[in-house]
Amino acid sequence: MGAEFPSASALYEAAKRVRDAGFKKWDVHSPFPIHGMDAAMGLGKSWLSAAVLGGGITGLLTAVTLEFGPSWFIYPLVVHGKPVDWRTVPAFFPIMFELTVLFAAFTAFFAMLIMNGLPRWYHPVFNWRRFSRATNDGFFLIIEARDPRFTELEARELLEQSGGEHVTVIHED
Amino acid sequence: MDGATTAPDVIEGEASASVERPLQRVPLVLHRRNFSWITERIAGAVEGPGPRWWWVTFAITSMVAMFGLFCLGYQISTGVGTWGLNHPVGWAWDITNFVFWIGIGHAGTLISAILFLLRQKWRTSINRSAEAMTLFAVICAAIFPGVHVGRVWMAWFLAPLPNNYGIWPNFRSPLLWDVFAVSTYFSVSVLFWYTGLIPDLATLRDRATTKIKKLLYGIFAVGWRGSNRNWRHYEMAYLLLAGLSTPLVLSVHSVVSFDFATSIIPTWHTTIFPPYFVAGAIFGGFAMVLTLLIPARAIYKLQDIITPQHIDKMAKVILLTGSIVSYAYAMEFFVAWYSGNQYEKYAFFNRIFGPYWWYWWVGMLFCNALSPQFFWFKRFRQNIYVVYFVCMCVNAGMWFERFIIIVGGLHRDFLPSSWGMFYPTWVDIWTFIGTLGIFLSLFLMFIRYLPMIAMSEVKIVLPEANPHHASPEEHHVVAAGGKERT
Repeated sequence: MGAEFPSASALYEAAKRVRDAGFKKWDVHSPFPIHGMDAAMGLGKSWLSAAVLGGGITGLLTAVTLEFGPSWFIYPLVVHGKPVDWRTVPAFFPIMFELTVLFAAFTAFFAMLIMNGLPRWYHPVFNWRRFSRATNDGFFLIIEARDPRFTELEARELLEQSGGEHVTVIHED
Repeated sequence: MDGATTAPDVIEGEASASVERPLQRVPLVLHRRNFSWITERIAGAVEGPGPRWWWVTFAITSMVAMFGLFCLGYQISTGVGTWGLNHPVGWAWDITNFVFWIGIGHAGTLISAILFLLRQKWRTSINRSAEAMTLFAVICAAIFPGVHVGRVWMAWFLAPLPNNYGIWPNFRSPLLWDVFAVSTYFSVSVLFWYTGLIPDLATLRDRATTKIKKLLYGIFAVGWRGSNRNWRHYEMAYLLLAGLSTPLVLSVHSVVSFDFATSIIPTWHTTIFPPYFVAGAIFGGFAMVLTLLIPARAIYKLQDIITPQHIDKMAKVILLTGSIVSYAYAMEFFVAWYSGNQYEKYAFFNRIFGPYWWYWWVGMLFCNALSPQFFWFKRFRQNIYVVYFVCMCVNAGMWFERFIIIVGGLHRDFLPSSWGMFYPTWVDIWTFIGTLGIFLSLFLMFIRYLPMIAMSEVKIVLPEANPHHASPEEHHVVAAGGKERT
């Protein structure tokens, strides 16, 4: 069940009420991220940063293997008569840094998609004609029927009381 | 930075939002435009049929690009001898162009990443096009080192793979660092740019009128619905990408400068190069951003989004980085004298009075050191013609600077018996002009098919985007510009 709200602040207030009513499977949709909405929805900090840390460490280890393997073990290359020992390790740092950044950035991008369940080209909310404004200037709050607390009457009452307009039941297909 | 809008008295004064505040900031979007006006103005620029000026300009730039590609083909099929390279000048226009283009890219990443971390909200109006500029500049840059190796089919030697004798590349070589730095830089810039595009592609998808547009924008929008559960991870990913790009952008031009600084040529062998190159890259890049955006904002009537305030701030960045670069120029001369090294002293004497003297007087002294000094004065920062003139000077000056460093350093080194001169051939010249054509053609296609301003980000800087903003009704008053879509 979806409702439209006239502004970001109205949506923010409504989100707090829905959160306090104890709903779990619901979401708000807005054309831009609203500051403080995570707290208003009762969501914590995104744990995407942990995945990126893992990606960065993988990148660093890849670079270490890639550089030390060939340069120290497979085919030690003597250039300009320079030694192959710990004194030359700083010359490996630039590539270690670059690969750390490269792997971390790819992790950030793909983890973002995976954690958001994207790409997902079909979603029931796209059946709601008004919803196309969610990427323009519309503010929407959707409570899913899957939510254990969901009853049509109660959800409609809550959405209307918190200032929602065009309260509509959205069907799966 | 935005103390006036977050000060507690503003939140308390919710009931009367129109109350006069003593320190009112100039808004980042003028004329109190609302959300749908922004969508309409920016997405509208992409949706209509191609305007005539666009086709004319695109025809010219793509023809220039095609001729540049022809020159590359001619050079590859005939040999590097078609360029004017010789002994002692083994690097000339090719590497100059490489450093020139890669430097231009840096402003885009600075705007999108560093200014994001510094919470500079004015970046939202310019970051998308600056990032696009970064990508196109890096594409142009990548052509040159790939081609100047001579036998391009051997370019895979750059990859970290053993060759047919089982020898691996030298991971301690700055040239190999460069391969990693530039390819990482390009990949991360693409990811950052595309991540920022996803919400705006969704806007275009929802507004699309034809099936094919809906399909194409829809595929690339990956089904974005503006859900806050998605925004939560999205914002974290964006923040982390900004955090990763910030040291990356500083590293890329530092690594480019290592190509020179780790050698023994006088004027190359200096420790000042990394910060000097990074400042110069940002300096030249901002000039190129303004070069592209000043016409674009006039043609697409974006003056309310890219306001005089934005141009003023970019001019200040040019002044700052230009002054850092000038300081580095002066420091080079000081160190050459103070070191007592006769080769170093001669090289700098040669820079001013040698055969390439006018490159220094015009390019480095006038274009790079003196012309940005106009921006000390607000009157000049506000005058679009002065700004454009200075940007053109800087664009040219930064190319001259790289030429002076590279050819100026090589053409007279230690032994007078091996001194020489460099004269470009028509292939040299047209390959460079061709990359200008490639760059402009790509940029024209970008403003034609993708939103050139990050709509979802500009909307955040509007006062109505703040959940504590008082009167949501007032933005309906100016809603006339947007057509109703239900």
